[in-house]
Amino acid sequence: MANVHASSTAHPSDHLEHLEHHDQPAAGIKRWLFATNHKDIGTMYLVFSLIMFFIGGAMAMVIRAELFKPGLQLIDPERFNQMTTNHALVMIFGAVMPAFVGLANWMIPLQIGAPDMALPRMNNFSFWILPFAFTLLLSTFFVPGGMVAGGWTMYPPLVLQTGDSFPMLIFAIHMMGASSIMGAINVIVTILNMRAPGMNLLKMPLFCWSWLITAYLLIAVMPVLAGGVTMLLTDHYFNTSFFNAAGGGDPVMFEHIFWFFGHPEVYIMILPAFGIISEILPTFSRKPLFGATSMIYAIASIAFLSFIVWGHHMFVDGMPLAAQMFYMMSTMLIAVPTGVKVFNWTATMWRGSLSFEPPMLFALAFLFMFTIGGFSGVMLALVPADFQYQNTYFVVAHFHYVLVPGAVFAIMGAVYYWIPKWTGHMYSMGLAKAHFWLSTIFVNLLFFPQHFLGLAGMPRRIPDYAVQFTDWNMVSSIGAFGFGLSQILFVIVIIQCVRGGKKASAVVWDGALPTGLEWTLPSPAPYHSFTTAPDVK
Amino acid sequence: MTVTSGYDGRRAARARKFGFARALCLAAFGLAARAGANTSNGFNLPLGVTEISRDIYGLHMEAFWICVGIAAVVFGAMIYSLLKFRHSQGAVADTTMSHSTQVEIIWTIIPAVILIVMAIPAAKIILKMEDTRNSELSIRVTGYQWKWEYQYMDAAEGIDFFSTLARDSNFARQLHSGIDPNTVPNYLLEVDKPLVIPSGTKVRLLLTSQDVIHAWWVPDFGAKRSVVPGFVNELWFRIDPGKEGIYRGQCAALCGRDHGFMPIVVDVRTPDEFKKWVGEQKAAAKPAEAVAAAGSPADDRIADRSTARSAQALPN
Repeated sequence: MANVHASSTAHPSDHLEHLEHHDQPAAGIKRWLFATNHKDIGTMYLVFSLIMFFIGGAMAMVIRAELFKPGLQLIDPERFNQMTTNHALVMIFGAVMPAFVGLANWMIPLQIGAPDMALPRMNNFSFWILPFAFTLLLSTFFVPGGMVAGGWTMYPPLVLQTGDSFPMLIFAIHMMGASSIMGAINVIVTILNMRAPGMNLLKMPLFCWSWLITAYLLIAVMPVLAGGVTMLLTDHYFNTSFFNAAGGGDPVMFEHIFWFFGHPEVYIMILPAFGIISEILPTFSRKPLFGATSMIYAIASIAFLSFIVWGHHMFVDGMPLAAQMFYMMSTMLIAVPTGVKVFNWTATMWRGSLSFEPPMLFALAFLFMFTIGGFSGVMLALVPADFQYQNTYFVVAHFHYVLVPGAVFAIMGAVYYWIPKWTGHMYSMGLAKAHFWLSTIFVNLLFFPQHFLGLAGMPRRIPDYAVQFTDWNMVSSIGAFGFGLSQILFVIVIIQCVRGGKKASAVVWDGALPTGLEWTLPSPAPYHSFTTAPDVK
Repeated sequence: MTVTSGYDGRRAARARKFGFARALCLAAFGLAARAGANTSNGFNLPLGVTEISRDIYGLHMEAFWICVGIAAVVFGAMIYSLLKFRHSQGAVADTTMSHSTQVEIIWTIIPAVILIVMAIPAAKIILKMEDTRNSELSIRVTGYQWKWEYQYMDAAEGIDFFSTLARDSNFARQLHSGIDPNTVPNYLLEVDKPLVIPSGTKVRLLLTSQDVIHAWWVPDFGAKRSVVPGFVNELWFRIDPGKEGIYRGQCAALCGRDHGFMPIVVDVRTPDEFKKWVGEQKAAAKPAEAVAAAGSPADDRIADRSTARSAQALPN
């Protein structure tokens, strides 16, 4: 902004041209390659994450097809391990995280009354790193030794046995980390500096709050991951022994480093979802969010606790008694603020006036199924029980419940909630509801039986299993195929909505009670969201 | 390995559902005498055959029912709201209901109390699990990609062998093998030579690895521990007397290509039978020792290892 003013005093005619140039998007590919507009970048993030969702999903389909019945029918065990490893990496770093960054890009300026993100060029950079990072990661499919197969957790010494894809993995992770950190810096700077006058932090929408806290988590832990994988790299190529006992190192130390990143990472993938649900539920309950302030405190306490619980991923590694006790207690403590959130959401619906538009349906499904994931989480925190659950399908069921009907449903709900504001069109409610019901039914068919498999003793990350696990695996695979196919509906709804449809009003959800500055703008929102700051009372 | 039971096939799981059919089946095959008591019903944790596994099962069920109770209340309130406060049925929102410090304090404290109720018994079990003192038999377990080595110590010192996926499972599990896994007894849960231990005895495992991280796990013992190269982890269990039989488990840490194909089979015998077995093993080892010129335990181990390698030379 300051630059525009400086040039305007020097060359008034330049200024005019400049403004004209900036009032609407550049033509063709330049609009996207040189994008500095928060909406364009947000769109690119969202489209990218949708593509990655389908690539990671295709890998999941391969996994579930192989596990449909005992015996190896489709792929050899090495390829299977490559699929599980890359499914996780693609879904976490390629689908869920970029989707949240895309939503942040689109919605934070709209919600705080700013014209754009604070650091538009860095914004461009942080997005454009990602396609390169994932091209690098996915191209390992073609290198000698195949893709990385040591699990997304990359535990040494196993991951050090990886073929030529190993350095490509490390470099790709570094790029993803750099992208995330830049995205996070942008969110923090935007939120702290560009709020409309009168919007103090406690008046700020919950989605912005959850992203502010998430951004700090990202800045705190992504460098730790970068450090950890760099140590792997030097162990592999430069004869260091960070994780090699023969040289005085310790393989379990990597697990500590990894999970010091990994546990906050889990919350990076769920806190923005909490924010989204806190936006959608009050709108369609026609009632303000219950206990908004304590919701913010709850997010902050969860974020703090996420730093002191990482040991619960490693209970079976031979941990001192005191450490087992500490990690068990601190982990269980997370259930308290999380419980507050679930109770407050329930209280938001209580004595409300509920209607069931697609975003609300996804938010309600989130509420039920995320809570199921929370229950299995509490059970997993109990050290002795964890000894039986650890590394079984019970864990797979647990984290997929919080990630798929949790984080992914929240993202879908957010898209259905805000897409009329983005495109200016309403979408097909019927198709969106069909997408919702098919997804919800199949996602439960997919993941619920995995609880049983785990308890009955089926380890995770195995390409083939003993015959007593056949039935539930078949059910789970059928659920997976159904869930995968249902997502095609999602794409159809989005494409239709971008192309046209009933004109959306500024409020979009007339009759409901959407609150927030984004609904004061026309739909679609103007290219430079708020050119003059709105007054917030 | 003619004995079935333990952590076994679908056929037995089905049989278990019908007590009479099961008894008939077992009697017909003359297996009743050695039948281990695997107690997983196909969708829940096994009750198991050690005090720890039963404690874990109890804790698991307690936590489960507490979760069910909380779910009944929370989901109940949600479902009630969904049914009762519908816009389509003219419900009017009470927009004044925006917060209540009192209520929020209550639903912070109640979960905290419930968690403490769960944590206390859990902590007691941890104390028990970590008490590896006064073990009566120690066995060194070494993980390899992709097999286990068992080296006995104490009274059974000198017994040392590898335990690898059974041949018929290994043939059947090859890609496009054309063999129906349902026709293979104990598919993927059978080994060439199981670990033999006495019942009623505190057995301590000292676990380490030669290559990558593995994990030794037998669900019926409630026993799982990572096997880390360069470090030694401890694990103990005491099988209830009278629960002799075959128990099965699998490696529980991703350890590379054949992670799914390094099962654990434990043959639990009475202390007397175990003593007899130790005698047999030692007697069988003698001629081998005479052949090996040096006869030192180290050479012995190398000889054992090479035979185990050749046994491994199966299609992968």
